[in-house]
Amino acid sequence: MKMSGKGRGMTGKGMMRRLALCGAVAALCLTGFTGQSKADGDAAGQVAMRRLTQDQYKQIINDIFGPTVTLGGRFEPDLRDSGLLAVGAAQVSVTAAGLEQYDLMARSIATQVVDEKHRPLLVGCKPASETAPDDACSKAFLSKVGKLLYRRPLTQHELDAEVAAANAATVKTGSFYNGLGLSLAGMLEAPEFLFRQEAVEPDPDHAGAYRLDAYSKASRLSFFLWNAAPDPELLAAAQNGDLNSSSGLKKQVDRLMASPRLEAGVRAFFGDMLAFDGFSTLAKDTTLYPKFTSQVLRDAQEQTMRTIVDHLLVQKADYRDLFTTNKTFLTPLLASIYKVQASFPEGVQDPWVAFEYPADVPQAGILTEASFVGLHSHPGRSSATIRGKALRTVLLCQKVPDPPGNVNFNLVQDTNNPNYKTARQRLEAHRTQPSCAGCHKIMDPVGLAMENFDTIGGFRTTENGAPIDASGELDGAKFSDVAGLGKAVHDNPAATACIVNRVYEFGAGHAPNKSETEWVRGTLAKDFASGGYKFTDLLKDVATSDVFYRASAPQTGALDTPKAKLASDVTGNQEVQK
Amino acid sequence: MITLRSIDRRRVLRGMLGGTAVTVALPFLDCFLDENGTALASGAPLPVCFGTWFWGLGLNPGRWEPPTAGKITQFGPELAGLTPYKDKVNVYSGTKVILDGRPMITHFTGDWAVLTGTTPREERVIIPSVDMLIADVIGTKTRFRSLEVSSTGNPVHSYSRREGAAINPAEVSPAALYTRIFGPEFKDPNAADFKPDPQVMARQSVLSAVRAQREDLAKTLGASDKARLDEYYSSLRQIEQQLDLELQKPAPLEACTSPDKPTDIVLGSEIESVKGNHKLFAGLLSHALACGQTRVINVTFNDATSSLRKQGSSMTHHVYSHEESIDPVLGYQPNVTSFIMNISGGLADMVGALDSIKEGDGTLLDRMLLMASTDTGYAKVHSLDDMPLITAGRAGGRMKTGYHVVAKGDPATRLGLTVQQAVGVPINSWGTDSMQTSKTFTEVMA
Repeated sequence: MKMSGKGRGMTGKGMMRRLALCGAVAALCLTGFTGQSKADGDAAGQVAMRRLTQDQYKQIINDIFGPTVTLGGRFEPDLRDSGLLAVGAAQVSVTAAGLEQYDLMARSIATQVVDEKHRPLLVGCKPASETAPDDACSKAFLSKVGKLLYRRPLTQHELDAEVAAANAATVKTGSFYNGLGLSLAGMLEAPEFLFRQEAVEPDPDHAGAYRLDAYSKASRLSFFLWNAAPDPELLAAAQNGDLNSSSGLKKQVDRLMASPRLEAGVRAFFGDMLAFDGFSTLAKDTTLYPKFTSQVLRDAQEQTMRTIVDHLLVQKADYRDLFTTNKTFLTPLLASIYKVQASFPEGVQDPWVAFEYPADVPQAGILTEASFVGLHSHPGRSSATIRGKALRTVLLCQKVPDPPGNVNFNLVQDTNNPNYKTARQRLEAHRTQPSCAGCHKIMDPVGLAMENFDTIGGFRTTENGAPIDASGELDGAKFSDVAGLGKAVHDNPAATACIVNRVYEFGAGHAPNKSETEWVRGTLAKDFASGGYKFTDLLKDVATSDVFYRASAPQTGALDTPKAKLASDVTGNQEVQK
Repeated sequence: MITLRSIDRRRVLRGMLGGTAVTVALPFLDCFLDENGTALASGAPLPVCFGTWFWGLGLNPGRWEPPTAGKITQFGPELAGLTPYKDKVNVYSGTKVILDGRPMITHFTGDWAVLTGTTPREERVIIPSVDMLIADVIGTKTRFRSLEVSSTGNPVHSYSRREGAAINPAEVSPAALYTRIFGPEFKDPNAADFKPDPQVMARQSVLSAVRAQREDLAKTLGASDKARLDEYYSSLRQIEQQLDLELQKPAPLEACTSPDKPTDIVLGSEIESVKGNHKLFAGLLSHALACGQTRVINVTFNDATSSLRKQGSSMTHHVYSHEESIDPVLGYQPNVTSFIMNISGGLADMVGALDSIKEGDGTLLDRMLLMASTDTGYAKVHSLDDMPLITAGRAGGRMKTGYHVVAKGDPATRLGLTVQQAVGVPINSWGTDSMQTSKTFTEVMA
């Protein structure tokens, strides 16, 4: 979230709240939950050009070609902006090194698709000769796969160019399948595939206004709920105009939300919001923490995901209870780190069991899971400051200012200093400096409540032999341990405002602009509250709203020209049957 | 077998269509080395190369600078590892980063101000770093416009960016870097025979189809998205360039040898892993330069907020930098300084790897210009004064070496301008606002 957006569009109550907080921490206050898009002046929403994320790319390849087509190679790192990779995706391009990798992956995928094992199913048609071009077979294959890759039918011009490329490659290599595969590889590294480019059209219901065209609408919806490209049924609903009616849209939203694939979308959202991409490079000192292995990394993420999916999708429970629930899922490895007794079925490798924390342990809610306390720590020890900052920025959508320059950090956390055995004592010493006090006052009392967990999430009651005091305070709510912190987050209005905003941003690919903000903070937030903070209701409200699909006027006069003729109009709308 | 010394390009390509094994003419026939291997037969010298070498958390003020300005006779103790190369490096002290009222974003402002010439306004970089400005001039005819590596195991630890928000991701695995450069698509410039691959020509026509859609795609985009699309097509150009080169017999390069495939040391920020992987990277990149695969490299030894650590210690280099007391006897932070010595040892490894490749009477380092920079002048207090800057190599004779230049408070961008001019970028001023400068370090420009 950028500083430049602060304050704008803030409700009177929000402003009061922020002022109160500023007063509490002197000049260095949090930038409140105020992220707003740069296109603040726009009356309508923005269209986006978003690079596919790693997970989306993988999911699309899996959906179109099936799990037996394997995917090697590396992806460019995704960019986090306004708290989400989904927003950063609208800022990034493809670097030279990145395109090299896409090129390698594309050729590897395409080679598998046209190999002897896969071609009967995936290519479908057979050429008259395997050593010469075959227009009919190339056209049939490239139009059906192109529609799924580009998430819209190819234009006639595009299809002709792809067929010509396949033919040229066939002539040069003397192999039809090789030529077809290379043409497919070209599509897999083309910007039409790698970027989700949204298109707009005049809105017939509102003179002078614009909306996303039906295929862009289908994509926005599908990536939002499934983190995947539209399936053939959704593309058909775009093609026949159903998505432009509210009943048609609702029907598709209901279908997508009833599908088991909704889980992938929810996992993608929380993986993004909780910054789980950080696990890919998370390191811990294995001499100090021998229990830490790559399996701990995987289990930690999966524990939280299982908790979220069960709580929000299966139980359809209150979002806020994620911070207080005593229900979770464990593996033997996690149970040993958390030092809790759980029983596991014998003879099952890597078993997951549902588990309820007993009342006499402080663990409760996702804040006490290794995916939070472990992710936000140093490699060799915990960090109350990093954790406090993460809680503020990730879960409450607040910005904590950067530390000032020219600060003497001598006393902070010198773990060998006999006078400062615990993190609390060391940080209190550090906070004697006025320039540091402001920010640390908003981070440390929160982070210190999580000090019962070491850097890998292991439970402890002492540090360097001294008992840990996990009491603290969050925006006026005082508590004595981490369970109390969870309750304070549960009760903090910023937590629910944050999730509402993040969900919208995740779908739209940008921080809400002025008109979107009014709706997001108004109707959407109120409905979320009045419905008991049900996450699925929030998804559905966004997915079925007009606001989500509104668009500003196109950037150029492109829409004045007749729409390019779509290949499916010519070839008779061939669909891929998966 | 036909010897096609006098054949023209068109006939060469006709021959390639059949994919038959031929020894083909070079597209530019003057591209042979002269007898002593330092120049092409036309008399043109071997091309200049450029690199950045980034390390995090600076050095200790007063402990790295050579004691006097001018010819280096001795380094400060923290750069003592460079002593074997004292005639081949320059040290620049006394430069600084000027904030112009912008926020001091710790471990971010300093690195990017030095590398882009502009003090960032927020935690985001949207203008190209100096290596990219240089790559656009000297790197357009090589297989890789630039190569980025990070020794910390994290691909985001890259200090190279193009316009827009995308970083050039760093390779973190030496084994993967080896495969990328010296794998099946590597054409040994010194191989006797050359067989153009029809598959490569087929790929060319496919990529032409990708490029052909550019105008249609750009039509509905706003300015920033258009710039992102342009970057995509610029990246596509590199792939096309690679294919073009695969169809040409490369010019022989006497110093080019294909290195052995390395085995990765555990990837991560533990100091021994970092040092080991960095050394492997230094060797691979030097070979890549000697073999004409790229002319621009970007090396990250450690990230700006240094995640370096020692096995069994709960502290990172960064945490130490703020929390370790200054030893009253030694006068510096001992643990921090231990990391610093490893870092400067890494720089010596890099310079040594470049210097170990003999080219004629000299070494690869002679036609290289490596610019080493960091994020802070003194990490303990996040200072942006007295930024340590170092260069190695003579840029093909355009730089004098062996000097300590004292800048007396000038913007650190003087070095960025100097290196750009030295490698042939046609500019006479660089940087913005108070970081703008038109003063090169003339003392070291030949």
